Amino acid sequence: MPNTAFHKLKDRIAVVGVGNTAYGNFPHTDDYGLGAEAFRRAVEDCGLDKNQVDGLGVCRVPYYARMGEILGLNPRWTVQFPPHGRMSAMAIIEAAAALDAGLCDYAALIYANIGRSRRVNYGGEESPGVWDPFGFTSPGAAHALMFQRHMALYGTTTRQLAEVSVAVRHHACLNPDAVMKQPITIEDHEATRPITAPLRLLDYCLINDGAVCLILTTKERARDLKKPPVMISGFGAREAYTGSSISNFNLNFWYDEVQDVARQTYGMAGVGPNDVDALMCYDNFSPTVLFSLEGLGFCKQGEAGSFVEGGTLRLGGRLPTNTDGGHLSNSYMQGWALNVEAVRQVRGECGARQVPNAQVVQFVATTPCSRSIIYTPG
Amino acid sequence: MSSKPRPRPDVFNTGFWQAAREGRFTIQRCDDCGDAHYPGTPVCPKCLSSSQSWAPASGRGTLLSWVRFHRAYWDGFREEVPYGVVLVGLEEGPMMLSNLVGAEPEDCTIGEKLEVTLDTSDPEWTLPKWRRVGRA
Repeated sequence: MPNTAFHKLKDRIAVVGVGNTAYGNFPHTDDYGLGAEAFRRAVEDCGLDKNQVDGLGVCRVPYYARMGEILGLNPRWTVQFPPHGRMSAMAIIEAAAALDAGLCDYAALIYANIGRSRRVNYGGEESPGVWDPFGFTSPGAAHALMFQRHMALYGTTTRQLAEVSVAVRHHACLNPDAVMKQPITIEDHEATRPITAPLRLLDYCLINDGAVCLILTTKERARDLKKPPVMISGFGAREAYTGSSISNFNLNFWYDEVQDVARQTYGMAGVGPNDVDALMCYDNFSPTVLFSLEGLGFCKQGEAGSFVEGGTLRLGGRLPTNTDGGHLSNSYMQGWALNVEAVRQVRGECGARQVPNAQVVQFVATTPCSRSIIYTPG
Repeated sequence: MSSKPRPRPDVFNTGFWQAAREGRFTIQRCDDCGDAHYPGTPVCPKCLSSSQSWAPASGRGTLLSWVRFHRAYWDGFREEVPYGVVLVGLEEGPMMLSNLVGAEPEDCTIGEKLEVTLDTSDPEWTLPKWRRVGRA
């Protein structure tokens, strides 16, 4: 167990405002236009005078200063996060630490993605790598390697994997913002074309345009704002850089790292997996959800396939997961929209997809930089 | 037809490709602590020594996993889809991605032993590929 001095941040920092754009294909705007729209909605959500925002974190927005110029902000804390999928909770934790230290009073975190309009491929010449001469590229292929191994070691099946995509699509059908709104079945999953076998089209996240903003402040300042605050009650972190020349791959499914993250997060929040009312799980590819469930201890290693069978992850199931539709069916906001959904679930704002009385909502990203955050009512 | 992507080694990995061109399959070893790693690094990740060499590797490994690409991310691979890529755990510890020669991954069992075979079909770049042990 690492130094737990950071546990003093439990329930100290609140998410007070959230906002997102529509999700889709928006060639008429750009990263900044989308980011500005998400920021405006987050400011409206919390009722803050935007000029009080004195902390700015941006991710996948090309240039922090241009974003600040557009929003008329001259903050005293700025961080530019690289445009990687694993950054959302990393940024939220950094902002929480900065707010606690007094480096800023109100932090706005803005994520924008215009990959759909730009026809981003996430492989090949776009991301040259060591393994290109052998035909290996793309994060999806790395997850295919992991899932193939999971099948061999534990007997997990693609039909079990399909449970993830099917449950998450069911939730997207209840979310007015979601990109994909046609229900799917396990048979549909099995019938879609393979991309990097054993993964098929429905195991892949969407690529769409959109932006998300979260505004955070201290518990004391949160009381003066429009909506009840949602507290950051726990978090944890562990990287796995050894072996990362095979990008987005871990031979043991990041199990040890996520176990460490779970110990930190649950230890700080004073809850355990059985207390979690809803899980927001980074789902760039469907196997990540299985690896997350095992790492966090919702089931034993190797048992996630049987754990998810029969609708466990659906609303009304044992562990409603990615109630907004996730990356697979709502929007490819690289973890950011899932944190917004966690906040909305705790607030009770989710309408048809609301988990009744959601008191403990957990975000997790099982990646080379694994992170988890637990949100609870203030 | 477009050509396949070729290795683009950084300054710390030219030794690997030079050795391969000379018919030797190597791994980077720390001269001080003996740690083996790949791809090559400027310092040993274990002890930070900058004294490292491309040392002969056994060429024996284990099949850890595989994936079959149904999508061509490069035009040079378009005629080969669906093609397989295997993940091999070298006897010395590091992992490498490569292709299987003389068999398909579906024929193999994860955990089975493989051995390296140097593919010299490109006169400029010799690629380490893998085959099942004890088979032609």
